[in-house]
Amino acid sequence: MKYIDEFNDPQLARRLLDEIRATVTRPWALMEVCGGQTHSIIRHGIDQLLPEEVELIHGPGCPVCVTPLEVIDKALDIAARPDVIFCSFGDMLRVPGTDRDLFRVKGEGGDVRVVYSPLDALRLARENPGRQVVFFAIGFETTAPANAMAVHQARRLGLDNFSLLVSHVRVPPAVEAIMTAPACRVQGFLAAGHVCSVMGTSEYPELAERHRVPIVVTGFEPLDILEGIRRAVHQLERGEHRVENAYPRAVREAGNPAALRMLEEVFEVADRSWRGIGRIPASGWRLSDAYRDYDAEHRFDVAGIRTEEPAVCRAGEVLQGLIKPTECAAFGTTCTPRNPLGATMVSSEGACAAYYLYRRMNGQAPQGVSAPQGATADQGAPARGSRIPQEEMNPIG
Amino acid sequence: MAELASAPAETPVDPANWTCPAPLRDQPVVVMGHGGGGALSAELIHDVFAAAYGNPTLAAMGDSAVLHLGGARLAFSTDSYVVRPLFFPGGSLGDLAVNGTVNDLAMSGARPAYLSAAFVLEEGVELSVVDRVARAMGAAAEAAGVTVATGDTKVVEAGHGDGVYVTTAGIGLVPEGVDIRPQRARPGDAVIVSGPIGLHGVAVMSVREGLEFGVGISSDTAPLADLVAAMLAVTPDIHVLRDPTRGGLAASLNEIARASGTGVRLRERAIPVPDAVVSACGFLGLDPLYVANEGRLVAFVPPTEAEAVLAAMRAHPHGGGAALIGECVAEHPGMVVVATALGGTRVVDLPLGEQLPRIC
Repeated sequence: MKYIDEFNDPQLARRLLDEIRATVTRPWALMEVCGGQTHSIIRHGIDQLLPEEVELIHGPGCPVCVTPLEVIDKALDIAARPDVIFCSFGDMLRVPGTDRDLFRVKGEGGDVRVVYSPLDALRLARENPGRQVVFFAIGFETTAPANAMAVHQARRLGLDNFSLLVSHVRVPPAVEAIMTAPACRVQGFLAAGHVCSVMGTSEYPELAERHRVPIVVTGFEPLDILEGIRRAVHQLERGEHRVENAYPRAVREAGNPAALRMLEEVFEVADRSWRGIGRIPASGWRLSDAYRDYDAEHRFDVAGIRTEEPAVCRAGEVLQGLIKPTECAAFGTTCTPRNPLGATMVSSEGACAAYYLYRRMNGQAPQGVSAPQGATADQGAPARGSRIPQEEMNPIG
Repeated sequence: MAELASAPAETPVDPANWTCPAPLRDQPVVVMGHGGGGALSAELIHDVFAAAYGNPTLAAMGDSAVLHLGGARLAFSTDSYVVRPLFFPGGSLGDLAVNGTVNDLAMSGARPAYLSAAFVLEEGVELSVVDRVARAMGAAAEAAGVTVATGDTKVVEAGHGDGVYVTTAGIGLVPEGVDIRPQRARPGDAVIVSGPIGLHGVAVMSVREGLEFGVGISSDTAPLADLVAAMLAVTPDIHVLRDPTRGGLAASLNEIARASGTGVRLRERAIPVPDAVVSACGFLGLDPLYVANEGRLVAFVPPTEAEAVLAAMRAHPHGGGAALIGECVAEHPGMVVVATALGGTRVVDLPLGEQLPRIC
């Protein structure tokens, strides 16, 4: 297929891998920021093909993973109300709140619907004037412009039965938070290509300079990711720390001006909590004063819902690359893909779920991992997220 | 940042007194995932149905049960059809209601013979719609060589159904010397799929969601008993057959791996996935391995017979796109692993419930 197959070519991939192997002389820890990149890395097995020296740390760029428990509890509360049609992207339905998830609310009679775009939710609002339609506006700079557009349209159309439950987050403050964490191991970043296609690259040179880390804007297909890694390793080996755009077919330095204008009109920068990480100043958006009427938190009076994150879940440290999943006491015991404590165990590309599957595949019961908290001993886990030793897994035929 | 410094690691916790905040296993209500053909479905069957009326015949967990009756071996199966919309590119509820049950019988190696058809109609649905569904069933039954021998009709009040639901059951004779069931998968078996995957699921989704994914995408719904007969003519020693409907190829292969205590290794590049399915799945964030098929089967065949079976399949109208996609192995029992095009590997797990479109 045009523009997909071309970026999944095994021979070109091998060439990039050879270049990376030829360049690297010592260990480097790179973080891919975006959950979409993590998905692609796991799906194509890219992490297993890299030389030992290059470690990929899966970053906090999965919007499902970082949406705080408190916001999910608010969503559950709103979705259960009889006058509400609650609309969400599909994968939020399974993320656990304190005592249930959106699937459960739907099963108990709540009108919860999976939509593919906030504009679908807007259409539902027009078609159901007697109901309140709420869209769960989560995600990074990528999903925010369309959500801003939906609110903008709602006001233009005079739709007073449409609102957003907003939990938008921004990448640069997260990069800042990771780099200033005491035990930070990250030496270079693969910046999220789609985020940069909206925002441009102007937010990154200052971060790269101050923390002396290369930041390479990277796409999502296998060759995109390998090219991002190649450039980051190249910079690290030469002691450089620049912002580079390895995804020029989608990203311009100035970003997408129309989307930026829409963001500026509808949202304002605000502090946000990140599930498992905590509050990061100026790390997200909320609706600006002019659009406050469309904020579901106000409309449904859920501001009083306060939820503490489960203290036993160490997903935050996993997301920052500070510990391996196996170093968490809950791993494989109280926390499994079937009964996740944190979002990193929810989806198969989450770091904890990837570790869980690896251990099961190699005949090690994931249960019984009982390292005391803070223990650093390797539990026989793979060297990185989902690594599977090559000798055990030769391609068939 | 102060927030990061006070990470949860420093909070004293007593894991022994910890209760999971997401007790999904103990869902007190039915959720959509219970019908998704994945882990939730399996638990519902195990915890509720098998607990209530389990028996050795039910425990075999094939697509159809094989019964010993009066000296004959009968395959017996039932399925309910609740697809929406009722008509989609390449087929309709009527086609599925016949082909689905015919295929479940065929997965035991049986020659399907008789079906029952029970309709649940919603008050207010147009009779012309019921007529179209019934005519599609008649045509599909004729094509599959089965007779609809008995039936039932119920009407529920408006708002208590979704237009038309159909339940069919079917019986067929299992030929002498044929023993096809998931437990018979053996390390070394060749794993063969009968054609391109993902077409039915994407065709239905494209109509349901109003999405267009390029030209020519239509459901693969087809009766497979004749294809199975052609395969059995090559060798009666086919170990396992499964039609990968809900949960797709991933669910079927995981079920076989678990039932037989073997592992499955696939080669990603060998799995036939049409461009339109790749494109639709890329757009929606779905994995083609988990998308439903209605006219495909996956076969586990002794390696010595693989070439001949494959040739027989390719010579058949419903097996023209058959491909050898991997093998059964002794390693990683109960798990399915794919060698990716780039040379890496990934685990293909049993889906939990329905596959959900991803945000990122």
